[in-house]
Amino acid sequence: MSDVLKVPTMAQFMAEGKQPEVLFWTGCAGSFDDRAKKITKAFVKILNKAKVEFAVLGTEESCTGDPAKRAGNEFLFQMQAVTNIEVMNAYEVKKIVTACPHCFNTIKNEYPSLGGNYEVVHHTQFLKSLLDEGRLTIEGGQFKGKRITFHDPCYLGRANNVYEAPRDLIKKLDAELVEMKNCRKKGLCCGAGGAQMFKEPEQGNKDVNIERTEQALEVQPNIIAAGCPFCNTMMTDGVKAKNKEAHIKVMDIAELIANAQDL
Amino acid sequence: MNLLPNIIFAAILILGLGYFIKHIKKIRRNIKLGQDIDVNNHKKERWKNMAMIALGQSKMVRRPISGVLHVVVYIGFIIINIEVLEIIIDGLFGTHRVFSVLGAFYGFLISTFEILAVSVVIAVIVFWLRRNSLKLKRFWSKEMTSWPKKDANYILYFEIVLMALFLLMNATDLQFQDMNSGNSISKYISPLFASLPANTLHIIERTAWWLHIAGILVFLNYLYFSKHLHILLAFPNTYYASVKPKGELNNLDAVTKEVMLMMDPNADPFANPETEEEEPVTKFGASDVQDLNWVQLLNAYTCTECGRCTSECPANQTGKKLSPRKIMMDTRDRLEEVGKNIDHNNGTFKDDKKQLLDNYITREELWACTSCNACVEACPVSINPLSIILDMRRYLVMEESAAPVELNNMMTNIENNGAPWPYNQMDRLNWKDEA
Repeated sequence: MSDVLKVPTMAQFMAEGKQPEVLFWTGCAGSFDDRAKKITKAFVKILNKAKVEFAVLGTEESCTGDPAKRAGNEFLFQMQAVTNIEVMNAYEVKKIVTACPHCFNTIKNEYPSLGGNYEVVHHTQFLKSLLDEGRLTIEGGQFKGKRITFHDPCYLGRANNVYEAPRDLIKKLDAELVEMKNCRKKGLCCGAGGAQMFKEPEQGNKDVNIERTEQALEVQPNIIAAGCPFCNTMMTDGVKAKNKEAHIKVMDIAELIANAQDL
Repeated sequence: MNLLPNIIFAAILILGLGYFIKHIKKIRRNIKLGQDIDVNNHKKERWKNMAMIALGQSKMVRRPISGVLHVVVYIGFIIINIEVLEIIIDGLFGTHRVFSVLGAFYGFLISTFEILAVSVVIAVIVFWLRRNSLKLKRFWSKEMTSWPKKDANYILYFEIVLMALFLLMNATDLQFQDMNSGNSISKYISPLFASLPANTLHIIERTAWWLHIAGILVFLNYLYFSKHLHILLAFPNTYYASVKPKGELNNLDAVTKEVMLMMDPNADPFANPETEEEEPVTKFGASDVQDLNWVQLLNAYTCTECGRCTSECPANQTGKKLSPRKIMMDTRDRLEEVGKNIDHNNGTFKDDKKQLLDNYITREELWACTSCNACVEACPVSINPLSIILDMRRYLVMEESAAPVELNNMMTNIENNGAPWPYNQMDRLNWKDEA
């Protein structure tokens, strides 16, 4: 394990009169949620290793407003959006990478008409481009030959048609990619979207994450790969509810790549 | 020459088309009760969507069995309509099979129609069995009882009867059978009538002919009352559907105005409004059909209640009340009710103490949505139930402050400390130094 993470802020870059290659939008989950923080660190380790000049907003970052907008609070969403846009435009941000499909979708699609125009990529797309440019090598390591199934996050897949980048990365691990019966365009939601993460579900006969976990268990994976901190939580809970946590891990793609190289 | 049949035919035709146009006008008026929305962009992409999705049925065939059967009925329906053109000319001018002058090509055409007619009958029978005997879940949901259930079967009966009349009319047409060209199916039916005298055959043929055209006109007018309206509205609906990424929800301009004013350090909160005219108070979100935009209302009329959206919906799959199909059916039912209200009150809507929210769509349904877009993806004609759900949530939150309490906590957190959880914004980078 490398000891120290290098996580410069936009303010530091500006103080030195420099521009980073990309802004890493950490997101609320990536900043505060214990599980998601591990994803954040794994991604940063890869960025450090690939010598990517990135920066974070740190304490100047604030919620994109996604859950507020999807809950129906357009006011709060736009207040958040306009504040964030003001900060990013002041730093003349051009390119953003984030490990959260909700932040990704909101900044990419809903910020432009409010004055925030950036090139926004999901971290799996960014990692794929590092790979293609030869700045990153991926080895299988402990995941060689493992059965991995990928759970499509709605806000990455259906919402923005990104299906291949995460799969290409998994294949690079020399792992066996197995698909659930509902995948890609037909991927089943984990149950967290549309602000459901923050409330109890309505009455039904099952929780959505259990349904999705059952679909994943059907293909008997060693690992359920995720590309979203909220999907990760929901699937982890689902695996626990099925008492399978000793055998099946839920991991973000960034964690898979970082762990394979013992970063 | 006896002109009576021609006059009767013209009268039936005018009556049938007249009623149809009247109904279309009503639908148009109802749809225009919706709010304005700018769709004057991406024209190329919109035409392409219409060509692929409506004309090309590209999303129908994603479910291969129902998709292919639907394509058979759809092609049959369109192509057999060429025959209707001949019937209209014959009916108006007293000719008989006017296109038969085309000779061998005519034979080829009618032969194709006959084969299609049989294919349509077979497909429709399979449809009927799927709907009534196989107990497919999406045809047995709560919203698929009473009228919607009957409507679906009536359409199938209509189609079988129309196709049967077409074949009967050909089989009993001695002149046509004597041509022995184009009767590829009806030649197997005509022997059944061989023992009947020519006169009786002629009466059967004429009866089938009249019933066929009358049936088509009745069917045309049935559309207005039926989910079958999709055969027309699928085309404009796929054209006007959103061309943006599915994840993008629209930003409300009225809100942007307010937010920009709040954020502008030079804004004078006590300034007099620039114009003397009082601006109408903007309502945020939708509690009734008039608050929705006209594309959403067009969506509602286009819905053919196939239930693919509902069968893909994670909330519905796990037993919640939400059904995207019901959202669309409720919207249409309420819009029809509003339309009738306007008809009865000389062109103006009289408050009926009802609205789409609560009287049709419950809050429980609205809050069960995960905004996953599975319903939008599944719809074979590009209907977007999610946009209606979101607009109604907006009304609940911004006009009634009626969000579930946990969501209010989440929003308070975002407002106070920039995250949906109660963490301090100043701690946002702490992860960096944690082990």
